[in-house]
Amino acid sequence: MYEQEIFIHSPIHSFHSFTHLLTYSLTGHVPKKQDGAALVMPIIAVENLTKKFGNITAVDGISFEVEKGTIFGFLGPNGAGKTTTINILCTLLSPTSGKASIDGYDCMKESSEVRREIGIVFQDNTLDKELTAYENLLFHSYLYNVPKNERRGRINDALNFVGLYERKDDTVKKFSGGMKRRLEVARSIIHQPKVLFLDEPTLGLDPQSRANLWEFISELPKRHDVTIFMTTHYMEEAEICNKIAIIDKGKLIAQGSPDELKKMVGGDVIYLKTKDNSIAIDEIKKNLNLDAEEKNGEIFISVSKGDACIPKLINTLADMVLSVRLQRPTLNDVFLKLTGKAIRPEAVSGGDELKEAIRSYRRKFERG
Amino acid sequence: MKYDLNAVYVIVAREFIKFVRERGRLVSTLARPLLWLFLVGGGMSRMVSPDMGIPYMQFIFPGIIGMTILFSSIFSSISIIWDKEFGFMKEMLAAPVSRFSIVIGKALSGTVVSTLQALIIVLLFPVIGLKLDIIQILLILSISIILSFCLSSLGILIATFYENLESFSVIMNFIIMPMFFLSGAMYPVKLLPHVLSFLTKINPLTYGIDALKYMVFPEKKLLTHDFPLSLDISVIVISSLIFVIIAANVFERRK
Ligand SMILES: Nc1ncnc2c1ncn2[C@@H]1O[C@H](COP(=O)(O)OP(=O)(O)OP(=O)(O)O)[C@@H](O)[C@H]1O
Ligand SMILES: [Mg+2]
Repeated sequence: MYEQEIFIHSPIHSFHSFTHLLTYSLTGHVPKKQDGAALVMPIIAVENLTKKFGNITAVDGISFEVEKGTIFGFLGPNGAGKTTTINILCTLLSPTSGKASIDGYDCMKESSEVRREIGIVFQDNTLDKELTAYENLLFHSYLYNVPKNERRGRINDALNFVGLYERKDDTVKKFSGGMKRRLEVARSIIHQPKVLFLDEPTLGLDPQSRANLWEFISELPKRHDVTIFMTTHYMEEAEICNKIAIIDKGKLIAQGSPDELKKMVGGDVIYLKTKDNSIAIDEIKKNLNLDAEEKNGEIFISVSKGDACIPKLINTLADMVLSVRLQRPTLNDVFLKLTGKAIRPEAVSGGDELKEAIRSYRRKFERG
Repeated sequence: MKYDLNAVYVIVAREFIKFVRERGRLVSTLARPLLWLFLVGGGMSRMVSPDMGIPYMQFIFPGIIGMTILFSSIFSSISIIWDKEFGFMKEMLAAPVSRFSIVIGKALSGTVVSTLQALIIVLLFPVIGLKLDIIQILLILSISIILSFCLSSLGILIATFYENLESFSVIMNFIIMPMFFLSGAMYPVKLLPHVLSFLTKINPLTYGIDALKYMVFPEKKLLTHDFPLSLDISVIVISSLIFVIIAANVFERRK
């Protein structure tokens, strides 16, 4: 049924494959629809999905596909439309137009089938705080028809995994925010879903728990063939994704693997502080033929090989230079470039990696 | 189908566990009918002459049972608004169970807790000098069950229209209290002026209390000619069905 639809050459369809080609050529991907024989049915397929709330367009004609057994990251600033998209895929909202399907089931027309296949950790807490941890999971296993003789075992395993087994008989209102989050993750896998939706699963977790959780999540596709659809505000967490889609103001603005996306920002960035930025910029443009711009009192220059470029810059500007730092692209830079804003403000400032780079540069420079 | 039966069961079990756990809720919901029975009933019985030879405190007894059922059923169903506000509703709505089974589960939850509370009030009958035999008590219990189901379904229907609890006092003052006063609980329906008597006729609680009167005063009730018992029961059953069907449809509608 699905394959037939693909080969109908309606004008809308060819327009669509055109946009597909565009996004893929940007990221160096080969469009999968090129060759009918090699067609693999994606586990999540979204086509031209639009959702309007009154006159707000929360999701604006997005299309993407997620392959089975992969981790798909959905990134975007606040209000971009991530949760709205998840709610449509989870059959809680109906779209204004467009199509969405999971494992071949239509999210609008075959909602019970879709619901049976998915597990969800919602962005907001959805536990019953008056019930104990165990009771919350038991409630879930009844709702999802977990076989009677497996209920206890699966619940205990899940509780053990998130380290809450000792607290299983405490009511959830006695739990900290991070414990509640972990309990929700445990709950979402009790019925062994094929697709797991995680809407900011690590919100409010300490670094230790975050690391543990991601370690577990990244195991899931390999071990149980689960496909993961996640959103996060922590860019370093998105590194584990096989594929990332970036959404802003309801529109998909890029998709590809983390490496492909980083290539889009064009390699490294050098940040310079000088005695006089405008003179320095002129010098750089004149002598090195590089494009330099000023931002927040710093000059930034995008180059492909930053470490090789720094000595040339220093030679050109001589003692005008006050400080130099080199930044390798991160997903946050991709994000910054595409959306014009950092996903989280604190993520912009450079990490230890950069200081290391500068130190090694200094060593080289002083020696030479 | 298996999914749906499991869902109904677990939704009722959840409500029951919470009911047992929150003893404060039991005390406060039982306090209201007790206050009305002894303070209002006790006080008024000195002013009001017995109707058909029934002392006032006994006359209002079926009404007090009805009141217990009204408040506990509607409060139980209104917990749906809590579930929406605190997110638990999403856990239920995202599950592979029909909306109909969620509504039935919630209605039965209300039925269980409110029948239990009604039973506690019923068992106070010797204190006010009433004599009930075991058959009467079982009949009262049966009426309580269908009336609880009816009012719980109505509560669900009300709850589907509210997203948060700010509207709680509106529901209380403009729905629950008028339903109570316009039900024949405190005074015979036939004493009311025309306009109000119309309102009592569209109030399902009126028929519930009327049916309870048949069970509490088997001989004397026949003299009052409010409604036939068969009409009482039909109205309760049919309105329950209507409430449940509308509520399930409203739930089904996705935004
Ligand atoms: N029920 C609703 N009614 C009206 N507008 C809504 C509703 N839900 C979402 N919106 C609007 O849709 C847009 C997208 O919201 P959404 O929750 O999908 O964003 P998000 O990407 O998940 O953001 P965040 O990172 O903050 O969670 C926002 O402008 C929001 O105000
Ligand atoms: Mg969101």
